[in-house]
Amino acid sequence: MKRQWTLYDPRLAWLLVAPVLLLLIFFLVLPIAVMAAYTFFTFVTAGVETSALTTANWHEFLTDSYYAGFLLKTLRVGAITALLCGVLGYFPAYFIWATTFKHKWLLLLLLIVPFWISFTIRTFSWINILGEQGVINVALLKMGIISEPLPMLYNEGAVILGMLHFLLPYMILNVYVSLEGIDRTLISAARSMGCTSAQAFREVTLPLSLPGLAAGLLLCFVLAAGSYVTPQLLGSGRDALFGNLIYDTIMGELNWPMGATLSIVLFLVLGSFAAIYTRFMGMSQIVKGLGG
Amino acid sequence: MKARRKHEGRWAWRLTGFVTVCVYIFMFAPIVATVILSFNASMFGGFPMTGFSLQWYGKLMANEPVLAAFRTSLWIALVTSAVTTAIGVVTSFALVRFEFRGKQALSTLVILPALVPETILGVGLLVLIKAVDQPRTMLLLVLGHILLAVPYVVLITQARMVGIRRVYEEAALSLGASRFSSFREITLPLLIPAVVGGALLAFTISFDNTSASLFWRPAGVETMPTQILSMLKISISPEINALGTVMILVTVGIPLLGGLILQSLTRLKRRGEPKEQAR
Repeated sequence: MKRQWTLYDPRLAWLLVAPVLLLLIFFLVLPIAVMAAYTFFTFVTAGVETSALTTANWHEFLTDSYYAGFLLKTLRVGAITALLCGVLGYFPAYFIWATTFKHKWLLLLLLIVPFWISFTIRTFSWINILGEQGVINVALLKMGIISEPLPMLYNEGAVILGMLHFLLPYMILNVYVSLEGIDRTLISAARSMGCTSAQAFREVTLPLSLPGLAAGLLLCFVLAAGSYVTPQLLGSGRDALFGNLIYDTIMGELNWPMGATLSIVLFLVLGSFAAIYTRFMGMSQIVKGLGG
Repeated sequence: MKARRKHEGRWAWRLTGFVTVCVYIFMFAPIVATVILSFNASMFGGFPMTGFSLQWYGKLMANEPVLAAFRTSLWIALVTSAVTTAIGVVTSFALVRFEFRGKQALSTLVILPALVPETILGVGLLVLIKAVDQPRTMLLLVLGHILLAVPYVVLITQARMVGIRRVYEEAALSLGASRFSSFREITLPLLIPAVVGGALLAFTISFDNTSASLFWRPAGVETMPTQILSMLKISISPEINALGTVMILVTVGIPLLGGLILQSLTRLKRRGEPKEQAR
């Protein structure tokens, strides 16, 4: 006997999502669960641990101010980066949205192109700008404004600049998408009621674009706080962030239980920011932002 | 009064334009500097330029580790792109067309890999395979890349799928088409822009991935970004700038080419089709 399928049968749906579901379970959910379990494993020596349960890793994390300092610095750098992205990203997004320029798509394309260029290359290319032999130093030396090259590289500022370069397109596209969702007749209505363009912006456009701005801020913050390559390339040892700490603990010290603990901490901290965000804003805005 | 208001508005608009121009300069200055410096004749990577030379490109073409890494990355990216696109299309088809329990949870879960920092994803998978005592393999690396690309492909195809009305498929079904052929003949062609877009994005995500690949690559295997990273640990040579320029050409050229092909394809199709189309 033939099995009966209805037109939009849930069983067929499960069949269709099976590949993605398996992938997510085995590569996302299960790893995080095992990692959480690993935080209670006992570290014996580099590369060796036993499954004897202990709270030593958590104890070490919670009592050693070294880790707290790292976490705070990471959150601070992430927050500064996200805020700078918000301030600097809003203008271009607004400009592209409001401009009467015919080839808007070109302005958007120019923002998407950096997305395609290898992230590692975009990051190291800043060395050509900020380095001792970079554009800025050479130009200033030639003009005689300075006699010694300015040390602009391998500090926190360079790390933030590099992340800004990486994250700005995310912010601009997020804000742009939410501006595009605004019904333009609302602004005309505000203007016809006697608002100045500044008032119309403050009262109508800005509030309606806040969801996009908030999604961009969250995205930039999470990606900046989780970064590894940028601090590695543009920062000094002192500018390492939590991602570098995790990498060194796992790949350098081979202390897997501690590495797992640090990863879970970062996951929980960033996750709670995302959870607070979705509690107030909902998930859809992030989805829109990621989808471009 | 009115004049002053107008003046205020113009001033704000000018500021917006000015910041916009600055942001565009900011986005492109380092890239332009890298491309220019790749032609520097000097031994040292930096300004001032001492002359024009293509020698670093020649050196690059003879650099076996770099070529090997390039081939590795290319393969991984091609496989990732193909598989992720296929998975992504069926997933978003299910998410848009069907109602089933847990759908909301699944669509949240699907975009999670884009929000969880790569370092965490990287460590997680390593800890898992260590717990079950498995080695790092190419398969693992590719599957990892698929995980990273899936959210973007699903989001892109989903957005397009929503715009394709289901009555078209239902009409085909009612005329006796099988479910598969109605998907192939009706849904897929309408979905093509999203499919191509998703495939290109998946390719770039995989080709470009650094952090997670550092954790997942099998011993002795370098992908392009990890190779660049290890070269950077030694020095900033003009060769790296040349490599960067080649990478820029590849990663910008391929999607642009793809986009152009896509555009001419849809234009050709439009000509043969009646005007009415799903949004």
